[in-house]
Amino acid sequence: MSSYRVDEIHLTGADEHAATALAHHFDNLEQQREAGSLGMWVFLITEIMFFGGLFTGYVIYRTQNQASFAYASSTLNWKLGAFNTVVLILSSLTMALAVYFAQVGSRRNQIVFLAVTAVLGLTFLVVKSVEYAEKIRDHHVPIQGFWHWDQAQHALPANVTERSVQMFYWIYFAMTGLHALHMIIGIAVMLFLMYYAYRGRYTPEYHSPVENSGLYWHFVDIVWIFLFPLLYLLGAHLTHGGGH
Amino acid sequence: MNPPSLPEGAPTPRPTESRVRFAHTNYINAHYGIKSWLLTKDHKRIALLYLGSISLFFALGGVYAMMIRLELLTPASDLVQPMTYNKLFTQHGIIMIFLFLIPSIPAVLGNFLVPLMIGAKDLAFPRINLLSWYLYMIAAVIVVWALLNGGVDTGWTFYTPYSTTFSNSYVVATGLGIFVNGFSSILTGLNFIVTIHTMRAPGMTWFRLPLFIWSHYATSLIMILGTPVIAITILLVAFERIAHIGIFDPRLGGDPVLFQHFFWFYSHPAVYIMILPSMGVVSEIVSTHSRKNIFGYTFVAFSSLAIAVFGFLVWGHHLFTSSQSVYAGMIFSIISFTVAIPSAVKVFNWTATLYKGSISYDTPMLYAMGFIGLFTIGGLTGLFLASLGTDVHLTDTYFIVAHFHYIMVGGALMGYLGGLHNWWPKITGRMYPEGWGRFSALVIFVGFNLTFFPQFLLGTLGMPRRYAAYPADEPVWQVLNVMSTAGASILAVGLIIPGIYFIWSMRYGKFAPANPWPATGLEWRTLSPPPTENFAVTPIVTWEAYEYRPVEEMRVIGVGDGDTSPPVQPAHGTT
Ligand code: HEM
Ligand SMILES: [Cu+2]
Repeated sequence: MSSYRVDEIHLTGADEHAATALAHHFDNLEQQREAGSLGMWVFLITEIMFFGGLFTGYVIYRTQNQASFAYASSTLNWKLGAFNTVVLILSSLTMALAVYFAQVGSRRNQIVFLAVTAVLGLTFLVVKSVEYAEKIRDHHVPIQGFWHWDQAQHALPANVTERSVQMFYWIYFAMTGLHALHMIIGIAVMLFLMYYAYRGRYTPEYHSPVENSGLYWHFVDIVWIFLFPLLYLLGAHLTHGGGH
Repeated sequence: MNPPSLPEGAPTPRPTESRVRFAHTNYINAHYGIKSWLLTKDHKRIALLYLGSISLFFALGGVYAMMIRLELLTPASDLVQPMTYNKLFTQHGIIMIFLFLIPSIPAVLGNFLVPLMIGAKDLAFPRINLLSWYLYMIAAVIVVWALLNGGVDTGWTFYTPYSTTFSNSYVVATGLGIFVNGFSSILTGLNFIVTIHTMRAPGMTWFRLPLFIWSHYATSLIMILGTPVIAITILLVAFERIAHIGIFDPRLGGDPVLFQHFFWFYSHPAVYIMILPSMGVVSEIVSTHSRKNIFGYTFVAFSSLAIAVFGFLVWGHHLFTSSQSVYAGMIFSIISFTVAIPSAVKVFNWTATLYKGSISYDTPMLYAMGFIGLFTIGGLTGLFLASLGTDVHLTDTYFIVAHFHYIMVGGALMGYLGGLHNWWPKITGRMYPEGWGRFSALVIFVGFNLTFFPQFLLGTLGMPRRYAAYPADEPVWQVLNVMSTAGASILAVGLIIPGIYFIWSMRYGKFAPANPWPATGLEWRTLSPPPTENFAVTPIVTWEAYEYRPVEEMRVIGVGDGDTSPPVQPAHGTT
């Protein structure tokens, strides 16, 4: 495939380019790259702690309300959730390819895959909004004065309390909302990268912004990989009559 | 015969008194104008931006403290209404902790010194560094806005359900301020960790790093691991307050004690964010001003990491009287005792360093000694509180207030002031007036003890914290409270003096040589104040940290001309 060829333009201009990409306070590009990548890893650790608070809340309230959480989970649309999971996994692949093409210096493919990643991210958000819209329509958003559980439409099983269903729902909205916010930021980053890739800023010598944004994107995906089963699949045995 | 010495070179340039301006271009006179400061990416200038802003908030927090003490001068709640009093101690705590103490040493001295000490030109991410100052300022503006609109009355701890349901004050706005401030602190920590990992000069191995760097590394770990948790917690409190989603509300199945767990999961480690940097400062001062290598370098270095790690496992000692189970309480109690071990290691090692040292009782050393003594008292009383039975009696009394002030003021603040004096010549290129320095250090020490020691007694007598009034028929209570208020006034005077002479010295102080003490760290091998790029040539480190020779030895066999500086020189002009 000819697109894997390294652009000559970048190779010939490499030294000159490397000099401008090097910030004044670093000794060389290697040090700069290392700092950038470590910085991103450290940032991701803070992100883990940030989500960690919500995961802890989830674990505690779920242990206290097993049955209600399973029931409430079955009222989410797992098919949309599964679709979104596939979308995000695909987007991780395209992101990895974008990083690869940045490494080998193919400007065109790099932009294409960044764009595909952004589009997949957008797809995720659109599907997510459809889900949210459904919940808003049913008044399943746990805000005082807005929340309403229609027993006729969704009859609560005997061992399930409305209170703890509501508990599930705030956790659901907090976690997916925070995740969606990270997706939005991720998509903005993609646009930013596309712009600079278009301007030819990233070369085989200097492309750590692409790599580090890739790390961020994968992280946001991984969070979803955890969220999907924890939020959508708890009640699978209820909707499909299986299990017992 | 040469003692183990530092690289040879020309002697330190001595300042000539007649010079009115600095002869060399440095980070202060390199650029002029307000824009050159507000848009700077130089870590040294950002440190000064922080110094200015946190000093302002320290003063503001101090005003609140004085109002609290004046109210408690008499038993009746006569100066202010109880509801106002609640706001006073809340604002005092929030400003002092979030806007002063947490940023204090890391953001000012750390920002200035971390790159210099490891031989780097700047922090790894200069722009993020500036961003962190702006985040701090935004946070400060939000907090002040909330304060001008009436403030908060929940205590700095924001306990639910009072904060989420009942308090009729600016909880969400203040919370937002603390949320934003958290990101400022995370970014500082992130910057330090990356810088220390990737920007060390050639030869600056991990075990040649000054202990100041180790302690900042440990602090940064806490900042990046703990701060996100308080951020999400505050977010939840805000959601709960605005939308009443029931997270912490038992009527909706939530658990208010979960808030306490979240809060202290950050805030206990946060107390180490406040004290660890001070410990780093004290290690530097003690060894420099006693001309001895620090006793047990690796122990002191690793005790910082141990404190950071253990600090995350003891938060439950703030919940002994909550619904937390007794078994959990016992485990938290035991782990709290183990956290005292690395703290004690440090105290022993500083003491051993002082032993037979050529101690000079300069201002920084006076503060360092104050730190060692007062931190020990604070730490030991922490052990009383970590004992389950004793704590039931002492919790929420003035004993707690005394305990943490011994650590936060007696420890952290003393370390900060000591550090400020120690590096003032480097930061400004001017000496502070030594006589006034020593005098005010003593005033602060006396004032501090007079303020807070009586509070230990009040606490054991049973006086609860956070009340505007106390019984009039207890003469002892009144006497102790009067002592405390008198002490606070002395303390205030002691703190105003350095404020004045520091500002004075920036214009009129004697010019500082490159290495006034003299000390071995890399930051002293460049000019005072340093040039923008710190070192003209990246230094190559071939020696261990703290290779000191006693003053006496230097006089006899040292440089030979009575010059007490070791043969170090600014990196300028050398290769
Ligand atoms: C030597 C290790 C330490 C131990 C064993 C210890 C122990 C304790 C305990 C058990 C409490 C809770 C008392 C209660 O609420 O009933 C407490 C409160 C407190 N400690 Fe410490 N402590 C230590 C070090 C520190 C340090 C280094 C700081 C600050 C720099 C600090 C600051 C505080 C604060 C601020 C509180 C009160 C918080 C509040 O309720 O407002 N402590 N300490
Ligand atoms: Cu604690």
